[in-house]
Amino acid sequence: MSDSRQPGVSDAQLERPELESHLAATWRTPGGLWGVLSTVDHKIIGRRYIVTAFVFLALGGVLALLMRLQLAGSERRVLSADWYNQVFTMHGANMMFLFAVPVMEAMAIYLVPLMVGTRNIAFPRLNAFSYWLYLAGGIMLWTAFALNMAPDVGWFAYVPLSGPQFGAGKRADIWAQMITFTEIAALAVAIEIVVTVLKQRAPGMTLQRIPLFVWSMLVTAFLVILAMPTIMIASTCLILDRLVGTHFFNPSEGGDVLLWQHLFWFFGHPEVYIIFLPAVGMVSSLVATFAGRPVFGYLAMVLALISTGVLAFGLWVHHMFVVGLPRVGESFFTISSMSIAIPAGVQIFCWLATLWDGRLRFRVPLLFVIAFIITFVMGGLTGVMVASVPLDTQVHDTYFVVAHFHYVLIGGAVFPLIGAIYYWFPKMSGRLMSERIGRWVVGLLFVGFNLTFFPMHVLGLLGMPRRIYTYSPEMHWDALNLFSSVSATILAAGFLLFFIDVIRSLRRGPQAPENPWGASTLEWATTSPPPGYNFPRVPVVGSAQPLWDEPESLAVACGLRVDRRELLITSVVSAQPQAREASPRNSIWPFFAALASTLMLIASIFTPWAMVWGSVPVLITLIGWFWPKGDPEDEG
Amino acid sequence: MANRTLPLTLPIALLCSGCTGWQSVLDPHAIQASRLEQLIWLFVAVCGVVWVTVTVVLVMALLRRKTPYSHTDTRMTRIVRAAVIATVVIITGLAIVSFYATRGLSSSDATALEIRVRGYQWWWEVTYLDARADQVFITANEIHVPVGRTVSLQLAAADVIHSFWVPNLTGKQDLIPGRDNTLSFTPREIGVYRGQCAEFCGLQHAHMALLVVVESAGAFEHWRQGQLAPAATPRGGEQETGKHLFESKACASCHNIQGGTASGTVGPDLTHVASRRYIASGLLETNRGSIAAWVADPQTLKPGNNMPRVALDASELNALSAYLAALQ
Repeated sequence: MSDSRQPGVSDAQLERPELESHLAATWRTPGGLWGVLSTVDHKIIGRRYIVTAFVFLALGGVLALLMRLQLAGSERRVLSADWYNQVFTMHGANMMFLFAVPVMEAMAIYLVPLMVGTRNIAFPRLNAFSYWLYLAGGIMLWTAFALNMAPDVGWFAYVPLSGPQFGAGKRADIWAQMITFTEIAALAVAIEIVVTVLKQRAPGMTLQRIPLFVWSMLVTAFLVILAMPTIMIASTCLILDRLVGTHFFNPSEGGDVLLWQHLFWFFGHPEVYIIFLPAVGMVSSLVATFAGRPVFGYLAMVLALISTGVLAFGLWVHHMFVVGLPRVGESFFTISSMSIAIPAGVQIFCWLATLWDGRLRFRVPLLFVIAFIITFVMGGLTGVMVASVPLDTQVHDTYFVVAHFHYVLIGGAVFPLIGAIYYWFPKMSGRLMSERIGRWVVGLLFVGFNLTFFPMHVLGLLGMPRRIYTYSPEMHWDALNLFSSVSATILAAGFLLFFIDVIRSLRRGPQAPENPWGASTLEWATTSPPPGYNFPRVPVVGSAQPLWDEPESLAVACGLRVDRRELLITSVVSAQPQAREASPRNSIWPFFAALASTLMLIASIFTPWAMVWGSVPVLITLIGWFWPKGDPEDEG
Repeated sequence: MANRTLPLTLPIALLCSGCTGWQSVLDPHAIQASRLEQLIWLFVAVCGVVWVTVTVVLVMALLRRKTPYSHTDTRMTRIVRAAVIATVVIITGLAIVSFYATRGLSSSDATALEIRVRGYQWWWEVTYLDARADQVFITANEIHVPVGRTVSLQLAAADVIHSFWVPNLTGKQDLIPGRDNTLSFTPREIGVYRGQCAEFCGLQHAHMALLVVVESAGAFEHWRQGQLAPAATPRGGEQETGKHLFESKACASCHNIQGGTASGTVGPDLTHVASRRYIASGLLETNRGSIAAWVADPQTLKPGNNMPRVALDASELNALSAYLAALQ
């Protein structure tokens, strides 16, 4: 790689201390507000993304508690019908679009470049832009809620209820535009991840040596790229129906209300896997580390991830089993929905085999894995139940389904996520979290969750529909609802304790070494937290568990310049070095571009002309962003 | 208080409501609901066994004393492969059972009682269909059917999507603007079963209930004849005044009462409103007091519903409620 003809300073010519000071200067994020707004460091943006997503988790949790307060007894008047409808819509939209998907992508923004051994994510300015746009979308939604104009049509916003005739005011428009914000952000991150994984892996990290978490994020990123455009088309059609009088969804003018449901769920079901697959990757990381052996069945795990990703697009109709579709079509979707249990089963069995064979260390992250398996398997099995058309006609849109998807989403994604935070927190912050408090957090979350949500299965079978703001005492749902509401406080206490532990550990946690858990993947081969340039020299990988198989010292590649930001580009399959690529410097333009886009998108809720006039500032900021640098982009 | 007794009451509540609920999947009173209940228990049993098995294996894996790599990967591969095959077999079995259950639910019966149900925000319009026009009548929120005869519902929606769900009788089916759906059930036992809208339909989605009254063939025929008849004539001055008020105030522009001049079609048909067990879609039991309360202030009782508050003084309200409460 070393090349004496190249201009500038190459890392091959430098000793370690000098190398590090050069790299630190080149990759540095300046202090002050300017640095905050202009940084393109994936670790800073990733941390920001994670923190923001957890703020939205806390806010969404407060909404959940409000709903539990309202439903704790029959005919309670904590919330009016109007507020309740806003609250449950906000809870769903917030948790799906502002918490679950962004937090998973945020973990990837932070971890994937480190795990594949590169210095920054691909398209780092797009990454900065994506964060600002996501933040703006979240602020817009919550501001609307504070102004009593939050969407009240459900997170699924079915027409005609959300259409121009029945969705009065700007509430449904706020929902539709929030989709635009978060989906642009999500698509941007997905593209960055795909390129980072395929083109920026450390030399030697062939496809069969990619860590399972990175595989899961790669599959997830493809799901985002394929699924999100559908919802953007749907929400754009909805805005057009509402703002300029088109009739995409108006049956009396030749439109179709079911078209909305098809488009929504063609996105909406893969969305579940966009949330779940990263969690699968996290679990694989945790299981391998705390069982002290590689995950059993690497190839089977990768194939399971990919087949889940493919099948995810073939089962959206199971959300529509009671709309009156032809029987043959419904049967097809029963088969496809149930068959997703096969890759899920493969993953569970492989983890069990790993745990069976491994020498376990019962640290907090592993406890979360245990809570995950017990809870998620239950959610998966009720998933098999709702995949059956006849069975679904009884439980669809009841609290049975509410229980089911909370088992899948909290048990299947949030438990692994919190476990992952305990696991990667030392890397991100340089400090360890408390093992003692962590055990309490696992216990409270696991017990609180199951006590809160298990009774909802029964409530659903006893006839309680979803999305009702109150119920009559004649229904005899009081006892179970009260039980669920009281248990929700345990669950909330678990989350509260988790947040306390995070804040406490940030200030007083013990210093973390490079590799506190004795893990095998590359993110543990650099300091905690990593420097701006991630690795002083790009690591070279000779196995799937580089830190286990080469414990003494990792091989490194050299030849990258240190006086400008450079990355190593490698080939897709075998990760052979191909080129040195310039990586963009810090820039304020992504922030301005996001600001201009935000103004345009929010104004377009009120007038279609905003798209015309609003595009001018966006254009100006993009010109600033892409102004030629005069440097060669890459060198072979 | 409620908190303290909860651990005791919970299992009892579970047991009781499981067997006697009037809006419960687990208390079937029609052929379709019975089949669905059996299907549910079958799935619960199979899934329960799977869950227990996985959990037991997990616990064993956690508790095992082990030397790492004690098991060769080939042996574990065999076990994992067997587990995957078992998954495929279970999934296939459940899918086949599902298909047969679906086939068993769809029945075409030429002698079925044909009823059209139209969903409105937030009530149900019920039309009994008949080839002879003079046998057709309209009611709301309460469906009477004879026991043992298959009922075929034609489901339509007037505004947004609703979903018809009476769990004791059969599974749900959506009512969708611009589409026609059907749903049939064959009640087996006399009784009153409650249902409510299962698709979020706006502000008062929670207050969109209906009753299905399953009765003997004789009782049903008696009821049907009563519904076909025009409204009861007012008795006494107060009811006369009530009728006059109904027809001269805003009421008549939305509601129909057969046999008078009120012929609105926006709201529920009130020809036999007092014969129905509830008013306002399951909100209040029907009696003169609840009718008066509803007319006096519909927006407090069911905020956002389409019935405006009509200004009436006390004696007018009294007369109107007397009249309506007599519409048996």
